[in-house]
Amino acid sequence: MSALTERFDDCRAEGRVPLVGYLPVGYPDVETSIAAMRVLVEAGCDIVEVGPPYSDPVLDGPVIQHAAAVALERGVTVDDAFAAVAAVAEAGAVPVVMSYANLMLQRGWDRFAADLKAAGGAGVITPDLTPDAAPAWVEAARAAEVDTIFLVAPSTTRERMQLTCDASTGFVYATPLMGVTGERAALGDAAQRVVSEARAAGAERVCIGVGVSTGEQASEIAGFADGVIVGTAFVRALGDEGDLERLRAKVTELAEGVRAAR
Amino acid sequence: MTGSLQEAPGPFFGEFGGRFVPEALMAALDELTDAYDKARIDPAFTGELERLARDYTGRPSIVTEVPRFAAHCGGARVLLKREDLNHTGSHKINNVLGQALLTKRLGKTRVIAETGAGQHGVATATAAALMDLECVIYMGEEDTERQSLNVARMRLLGAEVIPVATGTRTLRDAINEAFRDWVTHVETTNYVFGTAAGPHPFPAMVRDFQRVISVESRAQMLELGGLPDAVLACVGGGSNAIGSFDAFLDDADVRLIGCEAAGDGVETGRHAATLTGGRPGILHGSMSYILQDADGQTQPSHSISAGLDYPGVGPEHTWLSSIGRAEYWPVTDADAMEAFRLLTRTEGILPAIESAHALAGAIRLGRELGPGATLLVTLSGRGDKDVEQAARWFDMLPEGEGDA
Repeated sequence: MSALTERFDDCRAEGRVPLVGYLPVGYPDVETSIAAMRVLVEAGCDIVEVGPPYSDPVLDGPVIQHAAAVALERGVTVDDAFAAVAAVAEAGAVPVVMSYANLMLQRGWDRFAADLKAAGGAGVITPDLTPDAAPAWVEAARAAEVDTIFLVAPSTTRERMQLTCDASTGFVYATPLMGVTGERAALGDAAQRVVSEARAAGAERVCIGVGVSTGEQASEIAGFADGVIVGTAFVRALGDEGDLERLRAKVTELAEGVRAAR
Repeated sequence: MTGSLQEAPGPFFGEFGGRFVPEALMAALDELTDAYDKARIDPAFTGELERLARDYTGRPSIVTEVPRFAAHCGGARVLLKREDLNHTGSHKINNVLGQALLTKRLGKTRVIAETGAGQHGVATATAAALMDLECVIYMGEEDTERQSLNVARMRLLGAEVIPVATGTRTLRDAINEAFRDWVTHVETTNYVFGTAAGPHPFPAMVRDFQRVISVESRAQMLELGGLPDAVLACVGGGSNAIGSFDAFLDDADVRLIGCEAAGDGVETGRHAATLTGGRPGILHGSMSYILQDADGQTQPSHSISAGLDYPGVGPEHTWLSSIGRAEYWPVTDADAMEAFRLLTRTEGILPAIESAHALAGAIRLGRELGPGATLLVTLSGRGDKDVEQAARWFDMLPEGEGDA
């Protein structure tokens, strides 16, 4: 039982699924980004994904690309991400990190896992690292008791679905659409299909990320998935000015959406 | 060493290579690998590719001895493998025709590609026109400016050229954007990758399609009297170099030298000499050397040559470097431009600025080895696209024209 699965169970006991919020550390600056993560927690996120910005984020759309570029220009480091993780833990949510592979590799798989654990982090989401590509990471994470959260997509084959769900702990991150992060008007039946395929492969907790931006969508997703992940809509609300109140309003809308499900 | 080094299958070359990509692309890469494994042993595919190479590209490309240029290379004998004479003007067409044929076999109707100098984009747009495929080319905004002639060529060929304004606005950002397109449109779209880098199967597959360079040149050299002492080629991602090396890999006496772009000089930090100034990391889907900071953020690269202006390098080169089979030399902008000038003035051959890096390597090596040495240099492309930039470098534009 990890901190993550415990939190899922707590939410389930309240008759709802968790809201997972993503923000890149360092946008628009380190201090404001950490304050923004506290706002996520206060306004209803149960789990916070801390994103160390990366120079070549191939799975991110324009909004998160821009945020990462701003943060890097202002000198954000991977160390700042661990500081943000500690702040999120202190604020009472379960922190996880969403990191591109090279930042983990350069710190060292073992050290990355150990540093995350020491900061109070529960797991790592790896957008460009699949379980078959990263046995060394899986081993390091198991040793440090950090969850390995892998992605599945509509294009994922049955064989890979099994492989990925077997290697995932904490939860499985399902993307309902083909494409990069960003807001979408409609999520379609593909979301339900990916969730049920992951469940058929034995996944106990399947969260939907990529594309969710409104309370209504959150409510719809919460009706069939085990968690709702929101990133771009929060980054956009925060904006270059670091508008914490606009962010709070957006988080509140999504948190109400999750609670209104069924 | 036992066993051949040639045609290494991947996904790993030693500890380098692999496939570090979003799960969403895994099925497409598996499908592509599968299709390629079948195609490479299917006479219908290899026959069609050979026919296109002969009747469309104009293969085999000739080998030209360049004695007046060689006089500046310590008196060594210098021969050029003339990939510049291929249809579309560079080696890129060798790879593109193979991947475009594969696209048809996959039943896909749209191709995307990244391009730096524009040569790969032009080749892809050409193959798309020939094979009736929709074509979108991603090109860094800075590169669209310094290679505007090639942008126009691609558009004339019917391709959509999308300038990429993010990051450093060069090749690396074009690749990021092409990956984003691919993740979104993978059902209809094949990514025609331009260099021997990226996730498996690209490094091995692109090498196989470019291998024709060294298969031909090795036979041509034997006919001309024997194997060369060294083969030189420029390295950005490294597709012309790996294609120039492969058939020579088991000839232990033939030195293989890749010439990287050292920009203002490796010591200035403004360069693109990845194997000289980088260290292992993951970028664009594979483990190789990259230019990066302590955290693992990719560092901007610098080179006068858009085609070599890339902070990564193909994983097979990193492997060949690690086992000592190939050497990688940094060549500055200034040395490359001097070699560009020399070849043009002594032989009447205008090289691409990319290829001029390999010529500069030949000047250096020839002076080291002296008369009696034989150097084979791959002239990967022609310099028509570089005329304006070179004229500016040598201050040859007519007065006032720059203000017009």
